[in-house]
Amino acid sequence: MKINGNLAISESGFLFNPSSGESFTVNPVGAEIIELLKDGKNEEQILEALLKTYEIDSKTLQKDLLDFNDILKQHQLLEPDEETNH
Amino acid sequence: MKKPIINIGVTGLNAIDSPGPGVAVIRGLREATSFDVRIIGFAYESMEPGIYMHDLVDRTYQIPYPSAGADALLSRLEYIQSREKLDVIIPNFDAELYSFIKLEDKLRQMGIHMFLPTLTQFEERHKVNLSEFGKKYGIEVPLGKAINDSSEIFALQKDFDFPMMIKGKWYDAFIAYNMEQARTYFNKISAKWGLPVVLQRFVHGTEYNVTGLGDGKGNTIAAVPMRKQFITDKGKAWAGISIDDKKLLAITRQFVSETKWRGAFELEMMKTSDNVYYLMEINPRIPAWVYLAVGVGQNIPEALTNLALGNEVEPFSTYEVGKLFIRYSWDMIVDRSEFEKISINGEL
Repeated sequence: MKINGNLAISESGFLFNPSSGESFTVNPVGAEIIELLKDGKNEEQILEALLKTYEIDSKTLQKDLLDFNDILKQHQLLEPDEETNH
Repeated sequence: MKKPIINIGVTGLNAIDSPGPGVAVIRGLREATSFDVRIIGFAYESMEPGIYMHDLVDRTYQIPYPSAGADALLSRLEYIQSREKLDVIIPNFDAELYSFIKLEDKLRQMGIHMFLPTLTQFEERHKVNLSEFGKKYGIEVPLGKAINDSSEIFALQKDFDFPMMIKGKWYDAFIAYNMEQARTYFNKISAKWGLPVVLQRFVHGTEYNVTGLGDGKGNTIAAVPMRKQFITDKGKAWAGISIDDKKLLAITRQFVSETKWRGAFELEMMKTSDNVYYLMEINPRIPAWVYLAVGVGQNIPEALTNLALGNEVEPFSTYEVGKLFIRYSWDMIVDRSEFEKISINGEL
């Protein structure tokens, strides 16, 4: 799971993909995940980081992350060579 | 150093809901850093808003419709030239380009310079010939066919399938979902724009446009891609954003180097969900949204003027990504006497 390197994200959760011109909004958790992805963190590291911050069980978080990953894929926000993770 | 003042004639002052490019071109020219300008507007009708924008247009002359032919245009331009000493003309309508291209040599003898595509380039990229154009230059284009009779649609429906695009020779395009609609649109378009009418395979996807400038030797002087953000009911962009799409820029450079394109252009592209780019149309002129290119660092009207005057122009290498243009309407209050002058005398 590797995020499109050019993606611009602001503190408010506004995402802009400069290659397609598309823009999106994500909630604070989504923004946090994208920042972690931009820092090159893998799925395990992201899970670990979020579990520290939020009161949630690992299984539910894993499922939610997978869903979020699918949404990012659907909008072509992940690098193509890393899209076969799931 | 004092900048030279250049007298430039500009058409396309119809800054209406589906605007001509003239007003945007003039805004670019007024922001030029290499010269100052005096703008002479050329209008076809007395209601073109640009005529009355005196902070942009210094003087306006009515010119004959393209259907009157190149000779009528030449004689009007001779009259205008005797009074205005034009250095450059930037024509901005597809329908008038043929006459201006034909007159390029004569106008040069009168001291008027232009930087237009050659007649071959102009004809070759015509939507009537786009399929052959794609094959010749290795650029993906949707299947298309020019037809002269609505009965041909029936025979062609297995190749095109519904929905299909029905396009006019100069303007207008409709999506037909069945044979009845296709026939209706054929009749509507042929009545307005004449024959042939173009059938084009419908491509699902997102629309992207590129505006640029070729130096006629295969070099891309300018290229700015844009994604339409808001589209009017006529399919025109009312808002758009500059983007950094490497593939789109590569296709643009391929188009310019293969065709040795001379002058400004707009490429209308469609990107499918599996990331295939189709070239839908090539407009052989500056588009109405060109002010976005100026705003992000590529002043295409200025560069085009310098090329027309034979000046050396360095290709632009960057532009700002993620800048939006958003159009708006603006009501001007115009004195009746101004309307009277342009209507009666053909000058203002």
